[in-house]
Amino acid sequence: MTDVTVLDEIEQDGKSTQEVLLNLGPQHPSTHGVLRLVLEMEGEYVARVDPHIGYLHRGTEKLAEDFTYTQIIPLTDRLDYLCPPSTNQAFVLAVERLLDIEAPERAQYIRVMMTELSRISGHLLIAGALPMDVGAMTVLLYTMREREMVLDLLEMICGARMHTSFCRVGGVREDLPEGFAERVREFCEIFPQRISDYERLVARNRVFLQRTKGIAVITPEDAIDLGLSGPNLRASGVDWDIRRDCPYEIYDRLDFNVIVREGGDCYDRWQCRIDEMRESTRIIEQCMRDMPQGPFQTDDPKVAFPVDKALLSCSMETQINHFELSAYGFKVPAGEIYSCVEAPKGELGFYIISDGSEKPFRMKVRAPSFVNLQALQGASNMDYLADVVAMLGSLDPVLAEVDK
Amino acid sequence: MARTPRTDSGAAIRIVFQGGTMETAFFLLFAGMAVLSALVVVVARNPVHSALSLMVCFVQIAALFILLGSPFLAVIQIFVYVGAVMVLFLFVIMMLDVRKDVHVRFRASAVPALIVLVILGAEMLALLLGSGHIPALSAAAGPDVAGSVKELSLTLFADYLLPFEVASVVLLVALVGAIVLAKKETG
Amino acid sequence: MESFLAIGLIVGKLAVVIAILLILPIPLTWIERKIAGHIQQRLGPMRVGWHGLLQPLADGIKLLFKEDHIPVEADRFLFTLAPIIALVPPFLVFVAIPIGDSITLFGTEITLYLADMNVGLLYILAVAGIEVYGVILAGWASNSKYAVLGSLRTCAQMISYEIPMGFSVIGVVMLAQSMSLLDIVESQAGLWNIVTQPLGFFVFFVSGLAEAQRIPFDLPEAEGDLGAGYHTEYSGMRFSFFMISEYLIVVFLSALMVLLFFGGWHGIAMIPLPPVVWFLLKLSFFIWMFMWLRFTFPRYRYDQLMSIGWKVLLPLSLANILISGVFML
Repeated sequence: MTDVTVLDEIEQDGKSTQEVLLNLGPQHPSTHGVLRLVLEMEGEYVARVDPHIGYLHRGTEKLAEDFTYTQIIPLTDRLDYLCPPSTNQAFVLAVERLLDIEAPERAQYIRVMMTELSRISGHLLIAGALPMDVGAMTVLLYTMREREMVLDLLEMICGARMHTSFCRVGGVREDLPEGFAERVREFCEIFPQRISDYERLVARNRVFLQRTKGIAVITPEDAIDLGLSGPNLRASGVDWDIRRDCPYEIYDRLDFNVIVREGGDCYDRWQCRIDEMRESTRIIEQCMRDMPQGPFQTDDPKVAFPVDKALLSCSMETQINHFELSAYGFKVPAGEIYSCVEAPKGELGFYIISDGSEKPFRMKVRAPSFVNLQALQGASNMDYLADVVAMLGSLDPVLAEVDK
Repeated sequence: MARTPRTDSGAAIRIVFQGGTMETAFFLLFAGMAVLSALVVVVARNPVHSALSLMVCFVQIAALFILLGSPFLAVIQIFVYVGAVMVLFLFVIMMLDVRKDVHVRFRASAVPALIVLVILGAEMLALLLGSGHIPALSAAAGPDVAGSVKELSLTLFADYLLPFEVASVVLLVALVGAIVLAKKETG
Repeated sequence: MESFLAIGLIVGKLAVVIAILLILPIPLTWIERKIAGHIQQRLGPMRVGWHGLLQPLADGIKLLFKEDHIPVEADRFLFTLAPIIALVPPFLVFVAIPIGDSITLFGTEITLYLADMNVGLLYILAVAGIEVYGVILAGWASNSKYAVLGSLRTCAQMISYEIPMGFSVIGVVMLAQSMSLLDIVESQAGLWNIVTQPLGFFVFFVSGLAEAQRIPFDLPEAEGDLGAGYHTEYSGMRFSFFMISEYLIVVFLSALMVLLFFGGWHGIAMIPLPPVVWFLLKLSFFIWMFMWLRFTFPRYRYDQLMSIGWKVLLPLSLANILISGVFML
């Protein structure tokens, strides 16, 4: 980085000018992780953006081939580390479809509620991070305050703030703790007002609007061609949400709106997420209202760990069952499946090939952030260095998911 | 807006300066620095160093203006030359890859320039030695400092109004020309 | 004898001003962090000393002991010189800034200013213009692309905003018929200039924000896109020189706003306070305002900044001159 790299010298009336290569990242305040952008700069103008990824590659897909299905669940936590419940859910759903079983209704409600909580926590980060990327630091600290509430709720459920690993094939790990319903209700009451606070602070700020409105526009056609999904797609005016259009679990019983905006610019991508948080709050309220009593795990002893701890110390069968599940895992019938969910970042899919053993033969993750990142090169009206930063902030990539 | 005179710092400095020797000493200091920094402008290999010493030179000249009893001119010197013109110089130099030029010293084509320099220098020397005004130059122009802004503006806007207007028009033309030239390049 | 007393007084005042200016950034960093904390729903520094009061000292010690890093292939001479050049103008400016008329101490009348120049205002603007050199040279000498981009931005920004800033005070000068800050303050004894020159104040305030490189115009050091801008490569004490000069510029601009538009040390007749206290109160208000804005606004983009300077502020300041002229006639 010490010397100015000469690209192509542009001859003009005998004078020559050079473009300058600027390395944005991998360590940079606004690349949201370890993304490296190589920018060709003409002064303040950006001629070309070239994303370089792979700094956080951990070989999740390859690792999965050596892990039993239960052991893979913690690996999925590390994909989109901002909202692990949704990656857990996506993986578990894929395996359940291979096994052709379904989790009990209560477990499905719990999963959906946790996913929506994590959607809020993921969107909260970006709701504050985009304003920070364009210079308004304060919003981020406000959203962090609410994110803390969400993380407290998750901690109450499973004891972990970030890497929940709460879903199990055939259900969830435990039942909801006592006093949880009141805490959630409290949160759902406070939270919509807080969202309005962010909007008051940012959405009517002229400077913020000038920095984000009409910047880095993605047309609906481009969005589809690039394979965008999630809020980034819906902000471009494409009405597509897997939760509504190919419902899984209990989403078909819930009443929620799919937020679609027309502009396709940085502001719309931001506003889309803000509005989705409102809808998520509604979903959580409905989940807590409609959640039935009953088992939180399937009763198939081939797949699920024994629930009754008392039985574990006196029943030989239960003990053997527990040992086998722990030591070898469960067998999954041979076959292949692609199953996807609407994760906070977009369409998160797991493609699993099983050869009938306890471990997947091959696992492929369709990570939404990886695909969304392509939009960096497909957006129009992104001329300045500062626009690239705003664009990157509004795309909301999680680099752990990009690199897998 | 008449104000009662105060015992301010300027008075105290003036008391010290009335000795005369002090003033000469300051003049020699500033003039020497100015010449020295002007020399560095030419000699320095790095254009940024040259620009910087040119700025130092300008500041020294501003100090000389103060010695001559014209703080207004001194401040204008700093305002326009140091604060704006030299900054633009630096702005342009920074865009260039100066490290390439650092190693180039005088070229063969510099010989005619050297000849012109010698001739001009000789001419200036002859003029200076021939005239009898050198002692007067180092004396203070006058103690009446307070009126200088007013006098200058009266001279400019009353006595020399036509040249002033002509100069403004010429500058405007240059401005328009620069914009036209810049526009052409982008198409 | 009298002349020596006068000179002694000047030297004494000079020493006091320099000492105050050197110490001032210490409480200011603490105040800024506390303001930031309370705006952002947190407490700010709390650990070192009562409510973190000693935090700036801890920071100072940290900066002192940090490695003084000079990048490879940097221009060592200019790299070392730049922080000093950045630090000098804020000190020079305070020579011309009065904080009051005069007070009587031990039977001697002591004036509360170092020099009453008849070109005071012009001097201040001119010296403030030199500030840009520190930034440019720092960016260029670092031999880093982020630093160069930062200093290119600064260059353009400072030159562009000096013009509306200079024009916006012409209205004040016209009203006072003088460029001496004392005269300007005295001309506001009855009516503060903010009443007659609201447009001038607006332009001055906005371009002041830009000159101080504060949000929403802090592009030279926009951490979102440039890391830290021109001082990316600086560490330790050299870095703290830039911080000190930044804080002093905020103080100096606040002082100028008070002197030019808010009646200087003239208070409101109903509340009897010493003039110096009035001045310091107003000064604190504007310093607080600078900090408040910093934690509220996003920053503009480079081209937006330029078009605000040239297409909005410059015509406004020219209009202000015209309006002032018409009213005075």
